[in-house]
Amino acid sequence: MAIVGYLIRRLLTGIIVVWLVATITFFLFFARPVYTVARQISGHAATPQVIQEAINNLGLNQPIMTQYWHFLNNLVHGNLGYSYYTGESVDTMLRQDLPPTISLVIGGTILWLIVGLAVGIISATRARSVFDRVTSVGVLIGLSMPAFVIGELLIGYVFQPLYSHGFHFFNTGYAGITSGIEPFFGHMILPWITLATIQAAVYTRLSRGQLLETLGEDYIRTARSKGLSERRVIFRHGVRAALTPVLSQLGVDMGQLLGGVVVVETVFGLGGIGQVSVEAVDQDNLPVIIGFVILAAIFVVIANIVVDLLYAALDPRVRIT
Amino acid sequence: MSISTELEFDAHLAEEGQSSGGPVQGRTQWQLTWRRLRSDRVSMIALAVIVIMVLLAIFAPAIAALTHHPVNMAYPVNGENEDGNPVPPGTNGFLLGTDSTGRDLLVRVLYGARISLFVGIVTTLIATVLGVAVGLMAGYFGGIIDTVLARFTDAVLAFPYIVLALALAAVFGPSLTIIVVMITFFSWAGIARIVRGQTLSIKEKEYIEAARSLGAGPFRIMFFDILPNLLAPVLVIGTLYIPNAVVFEATLSYLGLGVQAPTPSWGNMLSDAQNFYQVAWWYLVIPAVALLITTLAFNLLGDGIRDAMDPRTERLIAARRMRRRLTRRNARQGNKEALSGLTAGGAAAAETRKKG
Repeated sequence: MAIVGYLIRRLLTGIIVVWLVATITFFLFFARPVYTVARQISGHAATPQVIQEAINNLGLNQPIMTQYWHFLNNLVHGNLGYSYYTGESVDTMLRQDLPPTISLVIGGTILWLIVGLAVGIISATRARSVFDRVTSVGVLIGLSMPAFVIGELLIGYVFQPLYSHGFHFFNTGYAGITSGIEPFFGHMILPWITLATIQAAVYTRLSRGQLLETLGEDYIRTARSKGLSERRVIFRHGVRAALTPVLSQLGVDMGQLLGGVVVVETVFGLGGIGQVSVEAVDQDNLPVIIGFVILAAIFVVIANIVVDLLYAALDPRVRIT
Repeated sequence: MSISTELEFDAHLAEEGQSSGGPVQGRTQWQLTWRRLRSDRVSMIALAVIVIMVLLAIFAPAIAALTHHPVNMAYPVNGENEDGNPVPPGTNGFLLGTDSTGRDLLVRVLYGARISLFVGIVTTLIATVLGVAVGLMAGYFGGIIDTVLARFTDAVLAFPYIVLALALAAVFGPSLTIIVVMITFFSWAGIARIVRGQTLSIKEKEYIEAARSLGAGPFRIMFFDILPNLLAPVLVIGTLYIPNAVVFEATLSYLGLGVQAPTPSWGNMLSDAQNFYQVAWWYLVIPAVALLITTLAFNLLGDGIRDAMDPRTERLIAARRMRRRLTRRNARQGNKEALSGLTAGGAAAAETRKKG
């Protein structure tokens, strides 16, 4: 029963966080003169009358608190406002662009955690081996390289040569899973690798360090001396204890993951919500960006709740209260 | 601890009759660190690379003058081939080739280094000052101040920074100022968290109590008694934050949220190069390599400084030196005793490694 109360409390604080983020973003966007926005929308040759009309149409002439109230009211009803240009509802736009983003986040996270943790565990159990040395060089390069450079190099030196030699499995752009398994993976594998590489480097380093420290503890020696198999010592006694700090880092990194998503979508032209938001900056399409910021806040809040629940499940000392 | 191992090491030297002579002198933590760092070849190479990069960035206008190619000057005739594409390195006096509009890539990469290093170093400096101040106050005062500051720090750490960068760029328009503000805003939190942890453990030490009983006020204790002991971890984390800031700047400029064309930055060059990788590999590869070398050098140097400040490293280095010297002597004299010393030293070193 404790877990229900805990979830309710976490969700309530989560809602407050999202409200704060939405409010700050909303007022931040008022630092921008209304006139500039309207002028950009009406085009270069617009007369003052046309611009004024655009301001009126967008409701930007109303007092700021009225607009804020209107915005909040819409938000509660799940309405994120309307695009300045097409008048299309922002939630429809974002919903359309969500599938590539979700595919990218899920696939990339799975790959990142599997690779990061596996490599970290193997190098910790074989410290100072050739494998350990090679991967630590790889980790340093991964840490030093921006995601977009990896993406560009993958496009330039993997996708492009293969494609021009008639090997059409890898592709840029997005193909939904409904278009078949093969095109889906062909479109997504390179973005997944790009998204996973940077994060995996951090996690390899983190899990290696944690596991090395744990394996030096006395209780590991006890486990070994009572005759447990090496595998059991490492996985049941070592990895489980070593993973908890790694998991708490995961909550913090969920936000960074979204940043990576924006970059990877732009590099590979996946057309997800990240890429759409970057394009919205160029066009001064503020409602789209507000929508993206709110979605991002919701994602981070939910991801953190999930991570904390996992944390409690993994570490028996942590109690949900 | 580190001094004792240093003394042990000197004692080893003395035993072998190779001591520099004279009384054993005490060394400060910084002298010891520098000594260890100097014997680490990788860190020294990284430091050299950084110094060269900084010099190249400072003298970029001079180098541009030498090549007679101003940074934003396009050479549609010499700098482009008949299809209007960039020319490869070494053509028509363009040492590293040209970019999409026929500008000298060498000059533009060097000017890009100015932005990257400026952003990396300036933001890290500001963020370090902020982070140390916040962390010190949170750790020292504790209570409600600590709770508020720690919550705020956590919130900043969890916030998706590129999303906020998008919002800020949308409101104020993309610029270098936005980049510096953004990166500073997201960097201080990590530093504050580490400083807070260190402060918490330092403030329980006896000498802090002694200072307080002598009548020192909180600010005197914070800045004269605690701060000097924080410099070592802050130096390490500062060095490791510079490459992060460089990557951050490149990413924002790549997305078009940072430095705007025609001002060259590695990020916006790479963004433009994306359209030319089939015809001009150098346009993509050269800025990418410059970026990678810079961030790698800072990361390696940061790791090196951290290892050099860790007293445990001293034993590793001493053991390594011992072994090397013994091997050499062994080869010269075939000394059996030295051989047994070698294996003992090797076992000790292996033991230390396992722990490290």
